[in-house]
Amino acid sequence: MATDTPGADAASSGGMPQLDFSTWGNQIFWLVLTLIVIYFILSRIALPRIAAILAERQGTITSDLAAAEDLKAKAEEAEAAYEKALIDARAEAHRIVAEAKAEIQGDLDAAMAKADAEIAIKAAESEKAIAEIRAGALEAVKEVASETAQEIVTAMGGSTDAKAISAAVDARVKG
Amino acid sequence: MEGELAHIGAGLAAIGSGAAAIGVGNVAGNYLAGALRNPSAAASQTATLFIGIAFAEALGIFAFLVALLLMFAV
Amino acid sequence: MADKAEEGGLVFHPMDQFIIQPIFGGDVTWYTPTNAALWMGLSIVAIIVLLVLGSRHRAIVPSRSQSIAELAYGFIYKMVEDICGKEGLRYFPYIMTLFMFIVCANFLGLIPTSFTPTSHFAVTVVLALAVFLTVTVLGFVKNGAGFLSLFWVSSAPLALRPILAIIEIISYFVRPVSHSIRLAGNVMAGHAVIKVFAGFAAIAAVSPVAVLGITAMYGLEVLVSFIQAYVFTILTCVYLKDALHPHH
Repeated sequence: MATDTPGADAASSGGMPQLDFSTWGNQIFWLVLTLIVIYFILSRIALPRIAAILAERQGTITSDLAAAEDLKAKAEEAEAAYEKALIDARAEAHRIVAEAKAEIQGDLDAAMAKADAEIAIKAAESEKAIAEIRAGALEAVKEVASETAQEIVTAMGGSTDAKAISAAVDARVKG
Repeated sequence: MEGELAHIGAGLAAIGSGAAAIGVGNVAGNYLAGALRNPSAAASQTATLFIGIAFAEALGIFAFLVALLLMFAV
Repeated sequence: MADKAEEGGLVFHPMDQFIIQPIFGGDVTWYTPTNAALWMGLSIVAIIVLLVLGSRHRAIVPSRSQSIAELAYGFIYKMVEDICGKEGLRYFPYIMTLFMFIVCANFLGLIPTSFTPTSHFAVTVVLALAVFLTVTVLGFVKNGAGFLSLFWVSSAPLALRPILAIIEIISYFVRPVSHSIRLAGNVMAGHAVIKVFAGFAAIAAVSPVAVLGITAMYGLEVLVSFIQAYVFTILTCVYLKDALHPHH
């Protein structure tokens, strides 16, 4: 069968070139040669090189990770320092504010005391003046009253006893 | 006459390919059913899947080979 | 068969793409440079470009090609580590060799008019036998006669163990067969189906469907190319694990 296939002279044992055992020796020879060549290429050049590349990459990744870890620790340190500085600054600010407040309070207290004292002096002076004025006024009223009383008594034709009149006026004014 | 019989035999042997197809379908289907139940275990079993498929398929290939031999070598 | 097909106006030569042809003419002897040898050599070139040139800058931040090289390295490294454990890492270059060869040959084979070395049983049988023999020898060297405990399922009831042992032994020796035929069969089947669709494309009435079919199959083949390389590698790891730790 299949004798008219072109180029079938090599495959004359049947229709299947795979079963033409006259070519097996040739294929096996070339196959073994190919496999040996591939084996040497792979084991001498390709595989060690790729293994080295992969190992190197692994190393790089590991060291990069370590470096990243370092940097992270440093960043955390810096953050802690920053936090501390912030807390310090805040405490300082509080202190300054408290100081300023105390100072102001002191000034204020002093000023208040001074003002109070002045006010007290002024009040005392005023009271004194008022008392004087009041006393002056009373005196004037007494005088006017005794004079008036004297005049009235004189005009009525009575004897004018200055002492009795002033005593009577005093009693009236007090009363 | 013998040649015709060989062709009929080759056709009958080709049925074996269909049988192998059923086998391969069984393997893959059961793998998928298992993989959907437990997807985390699926990845570790792909090698087993391919080995199973290869074994099932090998017998279909034998049927194909018988067909080829009947067609060309007998 | 071809005669009848040609009578119907359809020409299918789905297997012609797998024919081994000498590049410079002449007979195919054991050392003749053939298309198979050419595409195996091109897969070496692809591996050099991907893994050696891609990683030449040794950049900490990888370029695109270096990322691909690192991705391939990490993918297989993790697979070996996960399945075989730390001791398995000694055999990582062997497994990487297998994976890179298969994946490059598969993907280069997807280029139209190219040739796919991994579609030939000669290639995959050698690969699978190499794994099988290595693993068996390694198992006996590492564990001595203890390697035979792989076949003696100590967790099963005593009466069942001889039967299980026979089954285990059979399945052990079927390993290289299925290991090799799976890879070659998958690659060959996909390429042959694409070729059959291409044959249908010659008929004007169905050619749009055929072209769509080729496109869909091509997409599937891209997937299959990678998955078969992955499966071949992962099975190699599983067999290696059996050799290193034969106790269930």
